[in-house]
Formats: sequence, C-alpha cells, structure tokens
Amino acid sequence: MIEVRNTSKSYGRTIVVDDVSITLPAGGVISLIGPNGAGKSTLLSIISRLLPMTAGTVTVDGMDVTTTPGDVLARRLSILRQDNQILARLTVRDLIAFGRYPHSKGRLTVEDRGHIERVIDYLDLGAVAHRFLDELSGGQRQRAFIAMVLCQDTEYILLDEPLNNLDVKHAVAMMALFRRTADAFGKTVILVLHDINFASCYSDRIVAMRDGRIAYEGPPEAIITTDVIRDVYGVEAAIHEIDGQRIALYFR
Amino acid sequence: MMGSAMTGRLALASAGVGLLAVVSLFVGVGDVTLASLSGDAGDSGQAAQILLISRIPRTLALILAGAAMAVAGLILQMLARNKFVEPSTAGTAESAVLGMLAVTLLAPDTPVIGRMLTASLFALGGTALFLAILRRMPLRSPLVVPLVGIMLGAVITAGTEFVAYRYDLMQSVRNWETGDFSGVLRGRYELLWISAALTGVAYVAADRFTVAGLGEDFTTNLGLNHRRVVSLGLVIVSLVTAAVIATCGMIPFLGLIVPNVISLMWGDNMRRSLPWVALLGAGLVLACDIVGRLVIHPYEIPIGTMMGMVGSGIFLYLLLRKNGHAS
Amino acid sequence: MPRDLRSPGGAAGRAASPVLLLATLSVLTVASVVLFLTVNARGNWGFILGFRGTKVAAMALVGYAVAVSTVLFQTITNNRILTPSIMGFDVLYRLIQTVLVFQLGSAAVAGIDPRLRFGVEVGAMVAFSWLLYRWLFSGGVRGLHLLMLVGIVFGVLFRSLSGFLQRIIDPNEFLVVQDRMFASFNRVDAHLLAVSAVVILAVSVVIWRRMKVFDVLALGREAAINLGVDHRRAVTLVLVLVSVLVSVSTALVGPVTFLGLLVANFAYTLVRTHEHRVILPVAVLLGILTLTGGQLILERVMGFNSALGIVIEFLGGIAFLFILVRRSAR
Repeated sequence: MIEVRNTSKSYGRTIVVDDVSITLPAGGVISLIGPNGAGKSTLLSIISRLLPMTAGTVTVDGMDVTTTPGDVLARRLSILRQDNQILARLTVRDLIAFGRYPHSKGRLTVEDRGHIERVIDYLDLGAVAHRFLDELSGGQRQRAFIAMVLCQDTEYILLDEPLNNLDVKHAVAMMALFRRTADAFGKTVILVLHDINFASCYSDRIVAMRDGRIAYEGPPEAIITTDVIRDVYGVEAAIHEIDGQRIALYFR
Repeated sequence: MMGSAMTGRLALASAGVGLLAVVSLFVGVGDVTLASLSGDAGDSGQAAQILLISRIPRTLALILAGAAMAVAGLILQMLARNKFVEPSTAGTAESAVLGMLAVTLLAPDTPVIGRMLTASLFALGGTALFLAILRRMPLRSPLVVPLVGIMLGAVITAGTEFVAYRYDLMQSVRNWETGDFSGVLRGRYELLWISAALTGVAYVAADRFTVAGLGEDFTTNLGLNHRRVVSLGLVIVSLVTAAVIATCGMIPFLGLIVPNVISLMWGDNMRRSLPWVALLGAGLVLACDIVGRLVIHPYEIPIGTMMGMVGSGIFLYLLLRKNGHAS
Repeated sequence: MPRDLRSPGGAAGRAASPVLLLATLSVLTVASVVLFLTVNARGNWGFILGFRGTKVAAMALVGYAVAVSTVLFQTITNNRILTPSIMGFDVLYRLIQTVLVFQLGSAAVAGIDPRLRFGVEVGAMVAFSWLLYRWLFSGGVRGLHLLMLVGIVFGVLFRSLSGFLQRIIDPNEFLVVQDRMFASFNRVDAHLLAVSAVVILAVSVVIWRRMKVFDVLALGREAAINLGVDHRRAVTLVLVLVSVLVSVSTALVGPVTFLGLLVANFAYTLVRTHEHRVILPVAVLLGILTLTGGQLILERVMGFNSALGIVIEFLGGIAFLFILVRRSAR
C-alpha cells in the first residue's frame, strides 16, 4: 500500500502538487490521468523518491520514501520516467540485466538470469537483445527500458507515459502485459497515461488530477463519465459502452 | 556471459602490451641489450644499473599512467554522460596544474605526496565545478559539453599563467602541462602505484559507474545513491590525474580516445570494457613513448607532444566519423 | 521568466532606454580615454600623446573587434558562453611566434618589417579558419559546434608542436617567445594601426548593412529559414567576418580570449532587447571602456606595467566563471 499524506511540491511560488493525500492499495493497475501540468508526473516522481517533496510524507508498505535506504526501496518499487536519453552504448540484455542490480549487486545468479530471459521473452525483445541501445528505434528502446524496470521484479511498478513512442500494436501489447503482471503475479502497476480510453479499458482504478490536486478517484465506471471529463479536462465527451468497455469520444 | 573467446582476446592483448614493454626496456641512449647484460662484468653491471634505475621504472610508469589515465577518462565520461569528456576537457587537468603551482609557491618544501594530494584537491574542485555547470545547462547538446569544459580549463589556465608569469614559474607550468617520461627514475614514479590501486577500485565499482552513466533517475531507481557514486568517481579521477601530472605531466586526449575506441568495439558496460580500456591505454602510451624516443634519436619527443599529435588525429577521426554516422 | 514577457513599457522602468544607455556609455568611454591620455602626463606633451595615443588607438581597435566578433559568433551559435578566439586562433598565433623565433632567431624576427609579419599572421589565421569552414561547415548549429571542437583539437595539435619547439629552443630565445604569448598594448607598431583600422572598417561596412539579418539569425536556424533567410550563406559570411576580426586583433596585440565574453554578456544584461543595432554598439563601447579604464587603473593606480593582457584575461576569466555559475548557461 502506498500512502501519500499532505504532500506538496512547489518551485518558488509555483505550486505543482498541492496538499495531496491518497491511499493506493496494493495489487491491480492504477492510472493517473489529467491535463498537462496537473502534477501527475511530479506526484509519481515524489512517490518514487526521485524528487524531494516540499511538505508531507509518502510511505510504501509503511516505509518512508525519504528515509528508507535506496537499495531497500529499489527491491520494493521501480520507476521509469518519460524521455529517457541514454547515450551509453549498452546492449539491450546488459540494460535489462541492470534491473537485477538491487537484488544481486551485479553478480548475476541463476535466478537473475531466469528473470532476464523471461522479461526479454515477454517483451518480444529476443531479436534485438544483443544490439546496442543506440541502434534501436524509439519504440524498441522504450520497450527495453520497460523491460529493465519489469526485470527489477518489484511489488510496485511506476511508469510515466509508458506508451510513448509505441505504435498501436505495441501499446496494446504493453497494456495487456501490465494487466497480466498485476493479475498473474499480484503486482501493483501505477501508470501516468494521456489516453483516457487506455486508462478506461485496462485500469482497476483511475486517479484524475487537476491543478496539483486529486480531483476524482475511483473505478473506471465512476471516472469515465461526461461530467468528470468535462470538469477535469474542460472537454465535452460522449461516453459509449462498447463490448462492456467505456469509451470516451471527444474528437469532435 | 563473458565468454572464453573474450578472455582469450584479452590475454592476446595483454601479451601485445607485454611485448611493447619489453621493447621499451631496450630503447634508449644507454647501451642496454641482451648481449650487454650478459657480457663481461663491467659492461653488464652498467647495463643492469641502467635497466634497474631508469628503464624498468620508466616502463612501469608508462604502463601505470597510461592505464590509469584511460580509465579516468572512461569514468569521467560516465559521470558527465558525454563521450567527449576527459580530464583535459573538463577542467580537471588544468585545476591540478594550478594546485601544483599553488603548493610550489606557498609550501615549496612539501614532499611529493603532499604536492600530489594538493593537486588532486584542486582537480576535485575544478571537476565538481564542471559537473555543477553541466547540471545547470538545460539543453545539453553533446558537442557543447566538452566546449564548456575546455572554456573552463582555459579560464583556469589563464589564472595559472597569470600567477606563474608573475613569479617566473612558466617553465614549471609548461612541464606539468606537457607529459614527459624522460625524467622518470627509480624513486620518482612510485606515486603512480596509487593510480594503479585506484584503477582496481574502479574495476570493483564498475557496475555503479555504468549505472551512473544511465542517469540520475535510473541510478536512484536501482537503489544507488547517485551523489555517492559521482563522488567516488570524482575522487578517483582527481587522484589519478594529479598523480600523473605530479610524476610526468599531462598526457592529453588519452582518456578521450581510448574509451571511445573501446566503446565502438565492446560497448559501455564497464565491467566488460574497463580491462580493455586499461590495456589499450597502457599500450598506446608505450607505443607513443617508444616512437618518441626513436624518431629524433638521441633526443626525445616528449609523450605529451606525441599524444597531442596522435591523439588529435584520432579524435578528429572520431568526431568526423560520428558526424557522418549520427546526423 | 515573467520579466521577459513584460510589455516594452514595463521594461523601460527597469533598463535605461537604448539612447540614454548609449549616451552614458559614450561619455564614460570618452572620459576614460581622455584620462588615460592625460593623467600624470609630464614633460613633452607631443611625445606622451603620441605614445599613449598609439596605445589608446590599439585598445579601441581591439575592443571593437573583440566585442563585435564575440556578439556575432554567439548570435550564430545561439550560445552565450562561447567565444570565437578559443577555436585555434590564439594557439596558431603562438605557434607562428614560436616557429618564427625558432627558425630565424629573435634578432632576425625583430628585424622583419612589422607590416609584412602582420600580413603573414593575419593571412595564416584567416586561411586556417577559411579552410576549416570550407571543409566542415554544412549548416546548422550542430555543425558549428563540430567546427569549434575541430578547431580546438587543431589547437591542441598546434600547442603540442609549439610546446615541443619551446622545449628545444635556446632559453634566452624562449623568454622572447614567452613575452609574445600574451596580449600587450605596449609594443604595438603605429604603422599597423592604420592597416588594421582599414580592414576593420571594411568588415564593419558589411556588418552594419546586415543588422536585421543578424536579429533573425539569433532566433535559430529553423526560424531563420522559415523567415526566408539563407541560413547557411548568412552564417558562413558571419564566420568569415568574425575570423578576420579576431585575426586582426590577435596579430595586433596578441591573444585576447575572455574579454569578448565579458563584454558581450555584460551588454546582454544592460540591454533588454535582442536588436543588434543596440547590442553591438553597447558591446563595443563596453569593450573600449574596459580596456582603457582597466589599463588606466592597473597602470596608474596599481603600478602594474607588464603583460597587462594576462591580467585582463585573468579577470575576464573570473568574471566568466561567475556568469557561468550564477546564471544557467544556455
């Protein structure tokens, strides 16, 4: 369980996250949605101790993220931010292997190798595993980064805009994989998503943010509604139920 | 995963460096040959003396300095996350020279280890300043990073020369700025063993540096304290640079070209590439020094000049190759 | 950030209007020049004015050339911490000095007609940079960065060569070379002033006619192309002009590296506009003011009298570091 208590983040007089309190239960897929500048990425970075907060506390399974040793937390929670620019010439397999660093500190065990091969397999990276990152397409690189984070095999997996750079086929496969990670292995996957329909179709819970605050929170049925979307995004959307899934139409 | 083929190639490369080292032992003004070593008493005594006092120390110094400087460049490239950075394009070397000047002026009786430590403190400050400046640059185009480092180095050099000129120490400054192994004798190179030890430390911490090369967010995500990894790297780079400058003067470009060449071949996983970087660094310095001793025999071209020429050629190749390749 | 978004009227309260600023700077510069010429002047006025006049003229030319070349270079590179003189000019100049002394001996070098030597030095530096541009510059900011790096790499090569020559040179000759390594306004040859002035004037005519183009270039490559400027041609022209200015200034007094950075950045903070027709004159006045005023203080007040170039470099460098650390550099 991740507990965020009265957490704020401000830069000078600009408040990005404004006194947020929320409890994210363990297990399932949770999506953070909201307009640009709502504070989603910042909140994710604070939870994963990449950004120091101005006020408040965040605990992961009772461990305060600001005081818990980094390597302890790294075995419990993993984070991938967006726009990862890596200039080092590492092969895909090398990169994924570093996901095991929190567990084995670079001396790979048989178990580590099993994880690595499994993840390569899940993410369909076998064909490019020996290639250097700088030789890959944007989509392949994004999948390699996600593979590294999955290989870390943590209870909580936090991903900021993981569908960036992915085409429709790979985006769907990726969301299905997150769903499976949550269902089959009992992990908690927390995503920042721009596409509300992906959030609607794959999430157990949706958290909608606006102006640095949590505006709404609940299962997709409660969030993907004309009223909530109007309030959060300022857009008129018609909600259609197609094959049991709620799709928001806001294109015209 | 490091296959036996890799190990075999490493052994082969080590043998090559060993061969260069043997050649280095027998090149020079004094007559040292296998014949003179095994000849009659007087000759062999003298030859053995030269070998022990001058040739062996020089060869060892070349190997230690070459390997350590190349590895220092590799570490700095990981920390700055830029391929064109090395101690002489990041303000490190220039700061170390300033430190040597400061200790020469303020405490001329300091033993050599004290000089080196002072120089490494200056180097640490200069490099940390460089990294701090990089952090403040929002748009880090890969080619601007070394430009900033070079500007920083030029500023520090301007300060050094200002002081040196006033106190008539320009010759000393030039000696620190240009690497030269001709003065290396027994008792005057042992500091370099410190850099060898630090190279060992770098190997032990290789994974940490590779992770640091992925960026601060990745490092934190994998449970490492980014600041601590950077500090460790800075200390290693500063001490190595200071030890080399205090012993034989700056060797430009070595830390830049060697890791780049190895990166093209083996990538940047430091656990795998570091032994190669160290070997190639040692081999390149040995080769340059041997050529420098032979070209204008009986005079010598100092290693700083040789590397300046060879290194700028290779650097130009790397720069322009990247250009045709990446843009 | 909000500061830049203010309306021009709002900014007027903070920064002086360009006219007022230029007027103030002009008065200060003239005052500093007059003071420099007259302070402590005793004895033969004709001689003193002639002697100091040569110095002031050299400073004015160098201040002008350095300020204009740095501002223009920063405009085309879109970067306020770069300076053209770093890309090999200073080291090439030093190499030429070393080679001359090494080959001919200092006595013979002193005997060469200064105009001939000036011509050779300027010619070599311009030719070097011209070859670099021809070889490498294909357009784009990245191309410029590459150009600078390659220039610097050549710089290291030149420095290695001159370092080697300095090692094997006679120690007395070394002192002569070393003396020429730093900028000095004391040994300027009066004959060269006229030549330099003519060259700089010619370059200026080209520059003053293109002020508006520079304003567009400052927006960056894509924006400039979008606005219909032949970016590559314009940038190549600026590069050539810059290299002529830097070469003339270096051949006249020796390498001056950081003065330009200092003046250009100071000019940007004083002037809250991007217009070159304001920035360039301000930078030029600041350049002349810094040189004459600085020289005045160092020479008359603090009693330094040798290698003032080094002092200026040192102080310029410190100020540069300060700028770099305080403001996030772009």
